Amino acid sequence: MAISVKVMHRPAPESTSYLRAALSGMALTFKHMVNPDKVTQQYPEEQTDLSPRWRGTHVMETHADGRPKCVACGLCPTVCPANCIRLVGGEDDQGNRYPVVYEIDEFRCIFCGMCQEVCPVEAIHVGRHFENAEYTRDRFVYDLDRLMEQDHPSTLLWDPSDPTSE
Amino acid sequence: MDLQPIEGIPALVAAIAKNVGIFSIVMVVVAYATLAERRVSAFIQDRRGPNRVGPFGLLQPIADGIKNILKEETLPATASRFFFVLAPILVLVPSLVTFAVIPIAAPLPTPWGVVDMVIADVPIGILWVLAFSSLAVYGVVLGGWASNNKYAFLGGLRASAQMVSYEVALGLSIIAVLMMAGNVTLSDVVWQQQQLGMWFAFPLSLAFILFVISAFAETNRLPFDMPEAESELVTGYHTEYSAMKFSAFMISEFGHMVTASALMATLFLGGWDLPGSWDDAYWFQGQLISGFAADGSVILASPSLLKTLATFVGFGAKTSLFLLLYIWIRWTLPRFRYDQVMSLGWKVMLPTALAYVMLIAMTILLLDELGVTYGFGYGVALTAVSGAATLAFVFFLDRGRTITGAAARQTQRIETKTISPAVAALETARSAEPAPAGD
Repeated sequence: MAISVKVMHRPAPESTSYLRAALSGMALTFKHMVNPDKVTQQYPEEQTDLSPRWRGTHVMETHADGRPKCVACGLCPTVCPANCIRLVGGEDDQGNRYPVVYEIDEFRCIFCGMCQEVCPVEAIHVGRHFENAEYTRDRFVYDLDRLMEQDHPSTLLWDPSDPTSE
Repeated sequence: MDLQPIEGIPALVAAIAKNVGIFSIVMVVVAYATLAERRVSAFIQDRRGPNRVGPFGLLQPIADGIKNILKEETLPATASRFFFVLAPILVLVPSLVTFAVIPIAAPLPTPWGVVDMVIADVPIGILWVLAFSSLAVYGVVLGGWASNNKYAFLGGLRASAQMVSYEVALGLSIIAVLMMAGNVTLSDVVWQQQQLGMWFAFPLSLAFILFVISAFAETNRLPFDMPEAESELVTGYHTEYSAMKFSAFMISEFGHMVTASALMATLFLGGWDLPGSWDDAYWFQGQLISGFAADGSVILASPSLLKTLATFVGFGAKTSLFLLLYIWIRWTLPRFRYDQVMSLGWKVMLPTALAYVMLIAMTILLLDELGVTYGFGYGVALTAVSGAATLAFVFFLDRGRTITGAAARQTQRIETKTISPAVAALETARSAEPAPAGD
């Protein structure tokens, strides 16, 4: 079998010109110094364009009268791999099921989005949002009211017939 | 107007005002040099740099100062306490004291007399600068030793070796200037540049280049920051320092930079001199003169506040130019290896500086023998000689060398060798054979 060997002829170290290399380097850095096209994103003023399928802080959809869409079927706490959803269901006098307690621990959540996929009434969503810093740990357990208050756009589900979301 | 030097109580007041004023200016320039370093480095790397504190980040140095004051001062358990505390002071003081002899503007006329815009125009001038700027290395060595840390100690040792090596070339390149100026006071150096009609950067171009390179080494700035060398020595001599003591080292580094920039501007770019002879001023036999008439009589100078301000702005611009050069080079060049620093210092800078001093001395002697008057023609002749010397220096430094680094034009230098199957089989068989038994 034929073997190919790459032989690289590098200049000997003592034959490299520091002077000219330094000058060409300085020309290069000067070009960058005066280049007005900077890569820094001025974050709070300039927001990142999040992908339509970005999975962030949860949103609970509501009916027009302000009730949560959730019917307390119990699918999302069952499917949740991180076990971060706590749901206690209840029933009103017309027999409609509703969540008495609905809490998501955003610390435990791995943002897989399976709760959104499994939800039969499209109530719980992961959202296109990431600015959820808080001063205390307990603020990271979002209760039902807090989830309904979230006003950021919710995540687009992956469509198997359109895998690249075009 | 009475153009007498200021005397008595007003002189004392003026001296105090100059002390406070120049000290504050230097400190503010140092503070903003740190900001400039960060902003310029960011621009060079296509970033924006600190721009959050105040407009354009202009209050960043204040925020840094507050942070450094509030941080915890650590004292390593095995450190030598007295010298550990003494070292930052020993570094900080010389870097600020050297500025005292540098004239920053044309003399300012006041109702009480003319005020020289220099804290102390001491007769020893440049010797004062040399003495004090090399004193700073004591602080560095002491700081490195007192930390009782191997890296810090190595940093201190390197600082001392580097300082000794480059002080020689620095001093020799200054000698060319002194031969032209005929005096060591910096106001005389400025005056002689005004008399010559051109700044010494042109007639003494090689001395200028050598001085700039040595000044980089003296201030421990990249590519000569051996004493700090983050990648080898953590941060070198100030590894163990924190909070305000670290800050003192930082301030002194930038203070050295500012002083060296001002010195380069004074020695080679005419100091506060602006093009033209309208701003020239010099104390000659008790009179403030702006030059000599053709018959040898003096032309009296007419200092004004406007001239002082204009020349101060000019001096500031020249100093900023060198500060920018410092920062620009720092963010362009990689650090030298230690042996490269030493070989550059002893094998290139020192012989070149020596030969150049002799060349300039011979040229000056020749010009004087030929009776060329000290003026523009004198400068042009020296510029020609120095230009030839500079070209020769660059040519000999660069002879037989390639322009670009090793990685460029790779495709041209790659050769693909193909070994035929038969040879390859032979090679394989030979390597598979057990080595012939010895003896």
